[in-house]
Amino acid sequence: MTAPLVLLDVHKSFGPKEVLRGIDAEIQEKEIFAIVGPSGAGKTTTLRLLDLIEAPDRGQILYHGRALEPRSGAALEQRRRMAMIMQNPATFRASVFENVAYGLWLRGVPRVDVRGRVFAALDFVGLLGAAQERADRLSGGEQQRIAFARAAVLRPEILLLDEFTANLDPANVRALEGLTLRFRDETGATIVIVTHNLFQAKRLADRVALLLDGRFAEIAPSVRFFRDPSRPETRAFLSGEMAY
Amino acid sequence: MPIDFEILGIVWLSLLVATTSTLIGSLVGIPLGAIVAIKEFRGRNFVRTLAFTFYGFPPVLAGLLMFLLLSREGPLGFLGWLFTPMGMILAQTFLVVPIVMGITISAMMAVEKRLHETALTLGADDRQWRATALHEARAGVFTAVMVGFGRAISEVGAVLIVGGNIRGSTRVMTTAIVLEVSQAHYVEATVLGAILFVISFAVFILLQRLQARGVV
Repeated sequence: MTAPLVLLDVHKSFGPKEVLRGIDAEIQEKEIFAIVGPSGAGKTTTLRLLDLIEAPDRGQILYHGRALEPRSGAALEQRRRMAMIMQNPATFRASVFENVAYGLWLRGVPRVDVRGRVFAALDFVGLLGAAQERADRLSGGEQQRIAFARAAVLRPEILLLDEFTANLDPANVRALEGLTLRFRDETGATIVIVTHNLFQAKRLADRVALLLDGRFAEIAPSVRFFRDPSRPETRAFLSGEMAY
Repeated sequence: MPIDFEILGIVWLSLLVATTSTLIGSLVGIPLGAIVAIKEFRGRNFVRTLAFTFYGFPPVLAGLLMFLLLSREGPLGFLGWLFTPMGMILAQTFLVVPIVMGITISAMMAVEKRLHETALTLGADDRQWRATALHEARAGVFTAVMVGFGRAISEVGAVLIVGGNIRGSTRVMTTAIVLEVSQAHYVEATVLGAILFVISFAVFILLQRLQARGVV
């Protein structure tokens, strides 16, 4: 079976700064793949490339074996099979229900189906009672759960999470991590998560990749990555000895 | 001038001309503003600067321009709109479009970049994002329409030149006030001025109410 996501020698620069300097990875179906690394290593850029928001300067990203041009119709189709949750969720000036329904409206899902799917997604994240409230008036944790529901309602085959619990209290972090695992188990989605939080990577990921200076220094199953890393850079990063 | 049906006719024509020109100006200005705010194209900054520059376009000059265009020898002379309400609507539309367009541009450009990225990640194409941004900026766009209406209802120079202030035909509140003052009919002028003020006030109160209720 072809892996849903394959990165082949992907390069990306912004002006003179080369953010990604040739990354390769094969992300398998139904796995939770965590990318860790210091700030500025290129983690978010990698997610933006995967979500077809940016195009690589060199190299390829294959979706089920197919490379896509970000501005093409095929890329839009592929993007609609994915969803991304960002660190600071932006909510539309509308109710919680309308925020969650937005992606379904974009896809032309019949009105009769929208209602049921939105309520199911709100129930999934524990916000059923807040459906008619203004989304932008809720707390940070609740807004992030709206973002999760907004993504989950689309039933994406690939879910991209960019530091999605970075600004939240421990209770909300635990809740969102629980939702992530449940979502994978219930839908079989492939999940790519970018995080600073090594404990989070350990709790969630099947495999972990360390991104250093625009390259993957090591990609390994989670248990081995944390217990017995093969690279000295990984050991230094995990022990906190790495200066960056 | 007696306070009678003639005044009602003047008020009615004022509202008709201002409302119609605001409506047409909005139908033109809002989509143009949305495109300029969101779409990247060559000369975009120039178009934006032009719209902002035309905010302060002198109404008398607009009137003169429209007069020349609509006069018998002018390129639009065949329309026969000079000294008619149609000509007045055309002149006011010319003044309203840049205002609606400019405020729409500002309102839409203030929509957060994060929101754009969110819409993209949820699967919006360019057209869907434009509609979303317009919806997000609806309070600003509504203000644009109201300011456009304010410009139209209070404008005197253009309608005076293009309409000719003909009694029972093209006389509106502002041109009537000018005439009454020139004839030293201060009471009539003041009554018309008060009506004009009340209408403007009512429109802006309505805007505030709608915004407070979260309608826009």
